[in-house]
Amino acid sequence: MAIEVRIPTILRTHTDGAKTVQGSGDTLSALVDDLDAQHSGLKGRLLTDEGALHRFVNVYVNDEDVRFTGALDTTLKDGDSVTILPAVAGGSPARPGAVLGG
Amino acid sequence: MARFASLVDSLGGTPLVGLPRLSPSADVRLWAKLEDRNPTGSIKDRAALYMVEAAERDGRLVPGTTLLEPTSGNTGISLAMVARQRGYRLICVMPENTSTERRQLLEMYGARIVNSPAAGGSNQAVAMAKEMVAQDPDLVMLYQYGNEANARAHYEGTGPEILADLPTITHFVAGLGTTGTLMGAGRYLREKVPSIQIVAAEPRYGELVYGLRNIDEGFVPELYDDTVLSTRFSVGPRDALRRTRELVDCEGIFAGISTGAILHAALGMADKALAAGVPADIALIVCDGGWKYLSTGAYAGTLAEAEEALEGQLWA
Repeated sequence: MAIEVRIPTILRTHTDGAKTVQGSGDTLSALVDDLDAQHSGLKGRLLTDEGALHRFVNVYVNDEDVRFTGALDTTLKDGDSVTILPAVAGGSPARPGAVLGG
Repeated sequence: MARFASLVDSLGGTPLVGLPRLSPSADVRLWAKLEDRNPTGSIKDRAALYMVEAAERDGRLVPGTTLLEPTSGNTGISLAMVARQRGYRLICVMPENTSTERRQLLEMYGARIVNSPAAGGSNQAVAMAKEMVAQDPDLVMLYQYGNEANARAHYEGTGPEILADLPTITHFVAGLGTTGTLMGAGRYLREKVPSIQIVAAEPRYGELVYGLRNIDEGFVPELYDDTVLSTRFSVGPRDALRRTRELVDCEGIFAGISTGAILHAALGMADKALAAGVPADIALIVCDGGWKYLSTGAYAGTLAEAEEALEGQLWA
């Protein structure tokens, strides 16, 4: 079972710079454990000491925020796409160009 | 009524128009609330006016007061217009790489611009504005991310207007930024139509936009309460651009790119309703027109070219 996981820049120190990694698991919780086994320390960045999703971490399965689909109990299936993003105030552009929002 | 004492008095009361060509069936219908038909051309006029009037009632604003707000976009333009009309000064704190159109509009309305470092983005603009206000007691920050009057503008305005025009509403779809629209209109609609689905469409930018140094620098607006929402979708630039163009092609509505993201989420909900065989009346917000985004290249060339042009920009 393969699930593609998009890793934000800030967490790529754990994935040797890889933007996307493969993982497996029937639930988001299992996927996080699998990812942590392959990329040590990742779990500690995503979850709090109490084991909940970090307040400033957003996780999406097929573009839907997991906080509305069961959080860490969200079920996963082969071919799902998972995106991890930090929560920002309407984003932070890091190169010259137009800032359009807010 | 089409006659008003002044421009700000014409705020709200925007049309709700059907999208017959984009709606998947006669029973599953999409309706667009045209918020570009507000005084400065965006939904942010509602929040700006409410926040200013609340501060006037509290006595925080007197003629000559200087307002300070972290904003690079529509809220700044709305506040600048209202401030100019009422004799307040406005300083906008914005990342230094903000587009020329925005700067020109703000300066035309008499606002002063303070630059925050580009690399720190909106998060740093918020932090810098908070710091400036802490150091200078004469500055008043209305602070759109945490001001209850922002959400109240939609609880008392946008929400009731939509329900009056669409009593059979089943879904409300809007963009998630300060969260004011979804919190205010969402709360109102939920109270009146308990079975309603409140759906957030959140723009997903290129990865350069998420360049925080650590997770703890993250930011969630103080107004945000996730119990108001039914679900929340992250919409990338390709889908947002594609839908923005479809809205012009199919329905003749020339909207900004964030509206494309909202339409994408709305069409997703429409597909679900169609598949389940249940009727749906889905109201979605058109946040602003496309004019301010022409220079981004979003409306020219192929989708791939437009997507590339948007990389690294905040397009909503």
